[in-house]
Amino acid sequence: MRHSEVFNLSSIAPEVRIAIRNLNFYYGRFHALKNVTMDIQTNKVTAFIGPSGCGKSTLLRTFNRLHELYPANRTTGQILLDGKNVLDHREDPTLLRARVGMVFQKPTPFPMSIYENIAFGVRLYERLTSVEMDERVEWALSKAALWPEVKDKLRQSGNGLSGGQQQRLCIARCIAIKPEVILLDEPCSALDPISTAHIEELVHDLKSDYTVVMVTHNMQQAARVSDYTAYMYLGELIEFDETDQIFTKPNQKATEDYITGKFG
Amino acid sequence: MRYTTPEIRRIYRRRQMANRFHLFMSVFGMGFGLFWLTWILWTLLSNGFEALSWSLLTHPTPSPGGEGGLANAILGSIMMSGLATLIGTPVGVLAGTYLAEYGRRGWLAPTTRFINDILLSAPSIVLGLFVYTVYVAHAHHFSGIAGALSLSLIVVPVVVRTTDDMLRLVPDSLREAAIALGAPRWKMVVMVSYRSAKSGIATGVLLAVARISGETAPLLFTALNNQFTTWNINEPMANLPVVIFQFAMSPYDDWHRLAWGGAILVTFSVLAINVLARLLFRQKSF
Repeated sequence: MRHSEVFNLSSIAPEVRIAIRNLNFYYGRFHALKNVTMDIQTNKVTAFIGPSGCGKSTLLRTFNRLHELYPANRTTGQILLDGKNVLDHREDPTLLRARVGMVFQKPTPFPMSIYENIAFGVRLYERLTSVEMDERVEWALSKAALWPEVKDKLRQSGNGLSGGQQQRLCIARCIAIKPEVILLDEPCSALDPISTAHIEELVHDLKSDYTVVMVTHNMQQAARVSDYTAYMYLGELIEFDETDQIFTKPNQKATEDYITGKFG
Repeated sequence: MRYTTPEIRRIYRRRQMANRFHLFMSVFGMGFGLFWLTWILWTLLSNGFEALSWSLLTHPTPSPGGEGGLANAILGSIMMSGLATLIGTPVGVLAGTYLAEYGRRGWLAPTTRFINDILLSAPSIVLGLFVYTVYVAHAHHFSGIAGALSLSLIVVPVVVRTTDDMLRLVPDSLREAAIALGAPRWKMVVMVSYRSAKSGIATGVLLAVARISGETAPLLFTALNNQFTTWNINEPMANLPVVIFQFAMSPYDDWHRLAWGGAILVTFSVLAINVLARLLFRQKSF
């Protein structure tokens, strides 16, 4: 067992966007992630699967340090984004969040117009003229495959959209600030099958420009959209491999039991 | 059929009886409440209606037997309630924001919330006496500003409570979404939490205004009364509740009439504010 290594850049392959090294996570005294080490590939979709409470969302929420909102949460280990440890407290979490965007389980449109929902995030980082902002909003909404549906009602409330549209609005809001990584925390669990299909297609398109990491409790979804799949159980990373491998001939008996529905 | 055995029919009949009994009791309770309310409004209208006139709004309070209205009291009430709201709202909203947004852990916020609840239910006469002791006694005269201060002590806990409650209704997922975009905390509060809760907070402020516009006790020791119209908040200031109190206790018929007129004005402004608050709350903000 390697312990407390210092990872130099050369030990991380160039196609790796996020390198997680010996990550431990504690909710107060509860040990929620146990020594997780894995590499997330650039421009690929990585899915985290596992039964409820296995730590997959917890892991995702450390990538943008969202866990820091709750002071009882504590981490040890490293998450290297392009070689720099994002958990380092000297790093500004705001700038990290500009590079690592997130979309949540339930759609979270802000209480403002569709246009302002997108512009809100952009204004945090950039000063654009109104023409540039218009272009950015259209670009982000087009990228999220929502533009044709909302182009005539940009001034209306984001809350007036359907659940699936709201979720695509949240994806557009996330894309608009031009992140490198997009974190999706069960983005389809509150949506109907048709909206889910829309989002899945979108995820597939997004990976040409972004590194996508998604948590899902739906194994078929992981099989459909992801390139890599991580199976987690009780805070441990049981198996992490190419999705085809995981779903056809997993190395671990535990993974096979979960995937075939014997357990979970 | 097994659903029509005597046993089941008996149970069903008992349920129907219980249902009728509870329906009757609740309708009776509602009727009882409405009866007194209607009686109060009817007394108010039948006694005060003849007092309603243009001069009620334009002339100051008369000496016994003279012609006059309530203009000075209306002006004083509006000025003091307005000033109290201007003082109390920012303090209340900011304190409520601390409780709901920043004081999530530790002992300070729960303690403050508890003390605020005590203040919320403190008898208003105590607040009046407090301002009398710390301000009026030192200034050696009653004044409009003292009245406004004691009213603002009523506004603060109401606004703190509603701001706190309304902000805590904003789902944390919305806050997390703003933080995840990289928004600093204050921006999250202003752009997301306040926007989500704004109609609720505004409703709280309006309810506080409604509450203070009928308060008499805190004004007795602070603003007292003034027979003349004044814009100077350093002078004693007339106000509707105290004028109603003094005129109603007097032996003069024309003063009685004016007191009824004032009572109608206060009641219907409070009603109007409440209706406005309801409309505001119903209107879904963005």
